[in-house]
Amino acid sequence: MASVEQSKQAIMLNKKYKAGLLSFLSAQGILVFFLICMFAFSLFSEQFISQSNIMTVVRQASIIGIIAVGVTVVIIGGNLDLSVGSMLSFSTVLVVDLHDKIGPAGAIILMFALTLLIGAVNGFLVGFMRLNSLIVTLAMLSAIQGLVLIYSGGKNVDIANQSDTWFAFFGRGYVLGIAVPVILFALLAIVVQVVMSYTSYGRRIFAVGGNPAAAVYSGIRKNWCVFSTYLISAFCVACAALVLGSRVMGSQNNVGQGYELLVLAGIILGGTSLLGGAGSVWKTIIGVLILGFIQNGLLLLGYPYYTQWLVTWVIIILAVWLDLANKRKRLFTTHS
Amino acid sequence: MINMKNFLKGSGFIQPIWVFVIAITVFFSVMSEYFLSVGNLSNILVQTSTIGLIALGMTYVMINGNIDLSVGAVLGLAASLSVGLQDYGITIAVMAALASGLVLGAINGLIVWKTGVNAFIVTLGAMIGVRGLIFVYTEEQSFYATNFAFSDFGTASIGPFPVLAIIFLLCTLVMHLVLKKTGHGRNTFAVGGNPEAALDAGIRIGRHMMINFIIVGGFAALAGVLLATQMGAATPNLGRDYELWTITAVVLGGTKLTGGFGSITGTLGGVLAIGILRNGMNLMQVPAFYVLVILGVILISVLIIDQRLNVHASKGVSI
Repeated sequence: MASVEQSKQAIMLNKKYKAGLLSFLSAQGILVFFLICMFAFSLFSEQFISQSNIMTVVRQASIIGIIAVGVTVVIIGGNLDLSVGSMLSFSTVLVVDLHDKIGPAGAIILMFALTLLIGAVNGFLVGFMRLNSLIVTLAMLSAIQGLVLIYSGGKNVDIANQSDTWFAFFGRGYVLGIAVPVILFALLAIVVQVVMSYTSYGRRIFAVGGNPAAAVYSGIRKNWCVFSTYLISAFCVACAALVLGSRVMGSQNNVGQGYELLVLAGIILGGTSLLGGAGSVWKTIIGVLILGFIQNGLLLLGYPYYTQWLVTWVIIILAVWLDLANKRKRLFTTHS
Repeated sequence: MINMKNFLKGSGFIQPIWVFVIAITVFFSVMSEYFLSVGNLSNILVQTSTIGLIALGMTYVMINGNIDLSVGAVLGLAASLSVGLQDYGITIAVMAALASGLVLGAINGLIVWKTGVNAFIVTLGAMIGVRGLIFVYTEEQSFYATNFAFSDFGTASIGPFPVLAIIFLLCTLVMHLVLKKTGHGRNTFAVGGNPEAALDAGIRIGRHMMINFIIVGGFAALAGVLLATQMGAATPNLGRDYELWTITAVVLGGTKLTGGFGSITGTLGGVLAIGILRNGMNLMQVPAFYVLVILGVILISVLIIDQRLNVHASKGVSI
């Protein structure tokens, strides 16, 4: 009898293990997808998998990645930030323009302060005034674009003496052979991921995004939580502007146009639900990297740059669809 | 005594956006002597016809509880097709352009219906993808119309009335009647207001969503063709940011993002408000940069007023 019990237990354990593996794979589906993409591209192009190419892709993806880290937090908190593209234009123009006027240190400090101020305005309107975040940040998108144009007078800005400034470190520098943008990206991502996973602050953001009413009843100050997510988003945009401004040493006044969409695409691809309350920073990173590698792979295969947008369209919808289908255990909706 | 609160909520006979439209009309008439002339007013109608046409379809989609972010890209594709295919004859080119809008709308609608993926994500993807399609099709080139009949159409007028304004106003009337008088219009409200209840009541919610996406796609394509006739050309970047302007106009007109509430008359008011503001500030020689800021501030102010009045009704966005 005992042996039968034991074998039953063994079968149960085995089943449990298998189910665990399956649920792990379906939870990390995006990682599996990422590996498949990498494998497919490496079959078609030898350069693709080379170390220098991978580093280049990661470096190029780091600006979108840095912004995406912040926006992921906003989305986990149950809101959206569409104004990050305009904010990136604003901050980059600001830091580049001020560099020659008040020196790099002053430019960086002032840029961070003003970017956080814009984040605070977003956070106030969404967190405390409880306005719809989609429309608020949409309105901010156009308003900030206007501010950039007013500030720059519609002209592009650049740094006069480009070779002789430590400002170049943020975009062009290397530490231990790794590009500084990549290091910044990794640092931000690790810090934010740790904060979201292991601190009570992170849990509160998840709670507010998942069920705002329940969060309020359990004593969480929802307004402040939402407010703070926009500050984090603004801080990340400021970091991205630092990298972008330093790398290009100049800025067009619409440099960030369309970034909000690529950022959102990366986040959605990473599997963070736009409903809020779920998601993770590291999946966002995978999502952003997938987009970067797809773009790079298509270019290496000789397709024009814009085909990546077409591919992005298909992949976003497929990724979200399969995720949904997995949750509801059927491919299509039932209603007519 | 008029109940101020009910009036501002939009539940009175007159919609608040129209009071705003009249107020800014009076303001600009005082500020600029050129504003209040037949020529300028019909000019405003022509300028707003593009965004206005898309806004008509967007109102349906938003009342339906969805959103369409791909309208700007669809407009760009239709404009490029209508000019790029002119060698096959204007009629075929225009038909192909309009068909592209209908098909893309149908694809959006079908995906939202069948997969259950949120419209925000589906149309965001389409916005990126269709823009890619335009660049692949045009190879980053601008197209110029060689046939004068095509480019004359955009500036033509019947008597004192510009053709584009007439098309826009006619479409507005038709869309208003469809929304108010037909089953499809009623069901659009029902689905947006409470999808589960609509489903229980036997309304085919998927079909109605898809029809509305086809409508907005068709209008975006029509707007693209008309814009191309106005300019006699099409550039691959045409229609960028149009989704923002359109959503702004529709929200100004009182349509709720949460679905189930809105009207074509309100949207007409919202479209006119934006057109008048742009035109008026232009006449007052306010730089275009400031217009962006002012519009953003106005939109946020409207949201704040709306939110203060409907504290209990606000459900938050459902994305």
